[in-house]
Amino acid sequence: MKDRLKNTFETCRRENRPALVIYHTIGCPTLEASERDIDRLIEAGADIIELGVPFSDPMADGPVIQNAGQIALRNGATLKKILSLAGRLRERHPETPFILFSYYNVLFNHGVNLLAEELPRLGIDGVLAVDLPLEERAELAPVAQSGVAIIPLLSPATPPERAKQVISGCGGFVYYITVCGVTGARKELPPELPARLDAMRKLSAPLPVAAGFGIASPEAAAQLAPHADALVIGSAVTGPIAAGEPEKAFELVAATAKLLRRA
Amino acid sequence: MNSHYGIYGGQYIAETLMPTLIELEKQYLIAREDPVFLREMHELLADYVGRESPLYRADRLTRHCGGATIYLKREDLNHTGAHKINNTIGQALLARRMGKTRLIAETGAGMHGVATATVAALFGMSCDVFMGAVDVKRQSVNVERMETLGARVIPVTTGSATLKDAMNEAIRNWVATAAGTFYVIGTVAGPHPYPAMVREFQSVIGRESRRQILAKTGKLPAEVIACVGGGSNAMGMFAGFLDDRNVKLTGVEAAGRGIASGLHAASINGGRVGVLHGCKTYLLQTDDGQVVEAYSVSAGLDYPGVGPEHSFFADSGKVNYTAIDDDEAIAAFDLLSHLEGIIPALESSHAVAEALRAAPRYTRDEAIIVCLSGRGDKDMESVRKYKESKNK
Repeated sequence: MKDRLKNTFETCRRENRPALVIYHTIGCPTLEASERDIDRLIEAGADIIELGVPFSDPMADGPVIQNAGQIALRNGATLKKILSLAGRLRERHPETPFILFSYYNVLFNHGVNLLAEELPRLGIDGVLAVDLPLEERAELAPVAQSGVAIIPLLSPATPPERAKQVISGCGGFVYYITVCGVTGARKELPPELPARLDAMRKLSAPLPVAAGFGIASPEAAAQLAPHADALVIGSAVTGPIAAGEPEKAFELVAATAKLLRRA
Repeated sequence: MNSHYGIYGGQYIAETLMPTLIELEKQYLIAREDPVFLREMHELLADYVGRESPLYRADRLTRHCGGATIYLKREDLNHTGAHKINNTIGQALLARRMGKTRLIAETGAGMHGVATATVAALFGMSCDVFMGAVDVKRQSVNVERMETLGARVIPVTTGSATLKDAMNEAIRNWVATAAGTFYVIGTVAGPHPYPAMVREFQSVIGRESRRQILAKTGKLPAEVIACVGGGSNAMGMFAGFLDDRNVKLTGVEAAGRGIASGLHAASINGGRVGVLHGCKTYLLQTDDGQVVEAYSVSAGLDYPGVGPEHSFFADSGKVNYTAIDDDEAIAAFDLLSHLEGIIPALESSHAVAEALRAAPRYTRDEAIIVCLSGRGDKDMESVRKYKESKNK
């Protein structure tokens, strides 16, 4: 299997910038729109796409992504449809890494063994299960064995000893949650965040570190750029897409990508 | 401490909360061995809650059924009117030990919210209770009780605006506030160590019942019956009898308008295995793994999941899980009120209804214990509305 994640991070490192990761709730507002919107997000400069799987009970999400998930579910999004959409996107975007971003119940219902067979075939590079900490990660062992990266999450609350255990055996990159809280744009990120990210990168090396939760503007991204291997924008892109103003999302991605290339 | 019950239970929760759960388990394990902690808990259970609660022989109900002698474990006589306070006393004492100054809770019918607001007042802690906006409307008396006790009730409008969404919102709040906040979960669900901890705090029901029935009849009961939503009163009751092979244990789920109708809250009888609110358990969900709203005339049973240990007991056959629909529960509610002068909570009415079915299978010298988990004052409005809709 092509190591798209590794290639992407290498390219970005050569260009001396972090990768830009864009989260998108698939099926919001419709599956057809999502497919088009992802084309546009990649065109605008997204390096990695997180395919957000909507869930009825998104405990880790703030109001924006909750709302997007509800819209997607109302309009008929299911994991099966999302996976076939991913397959079509893969044909058009052979190099862009795709991360399936989901709550575990949806994956569990679909069947982990089935996923282990489907995900590599569809060209999905990683799985991030929000509610599957180290203690329950063995659930995804068949997927890990299939060569798909299991993306670990770390938070400011994770002590260093635990962080090492969490990272061990994982691939792709480390997703570092910048703030203790749910997803959502924040006006200000904690002042100690750059130092924390620096420490996290030391600890996780050679795995790259992506910073996510709360990054809402090109400026916020540029500020964190020297301290992370990737930056995730979720709610700030999801909000306008859910509100029927996807152009605003594409503009935000384009402006951020531009600033990151210059920073 | 074992975090799983067979394949059930576990800690399916965001990484941000894992360090909090690990610390909670550690502190709980220390506290449960600490004589000072236990003494204070027992004093409060005795002098504040009013334990032990009576085991009452319901003679008129027994005669009506014609079979086993029916005993009611009177958790409805506890302070605040339900078994919920057994658990909130324990968790609040633990919270204080851990230096937390704020309690949060989810509530459906409002009984757990009231019990949490009560202990928050008792310990001088601030308290926020998350409650689905739909429940805020249909349980307005309990909202007033919580506010009178000094708690803030936060209506939750997301999702289906009921108990499961209140729990989502409580967890979201907790993720951001865990340093100073203790999340008081009201049932034997949620991530480990909650199911084990809540069971232990509620096990006083079963321990007392066993001792009381032996004192009254000189032998163990033939059957023990309790209603199951999340399942905390049932787990507390069953905990006293798990080693007694000849005692039949029966959990009663809410069949709502019938399991075939899809409008029910019977996770074990009508659900499939899934993961919600931190644990793997039986769950009401679509084929695609989206959790669906539960329905029951009783707001306290109206939860799409069930405590993971119940799922384990269901698979192993240790406990028999039946279901009682709205009509039968309401009939039992009326019957107990008329025959015994005891107005049961609609939740507990499901257990009473199951006892009515079970009693004729036994003889008078055999006993059935029913956990009367709460009193029905809160349900007057629900019962009236239900009867009105039936008469239309």
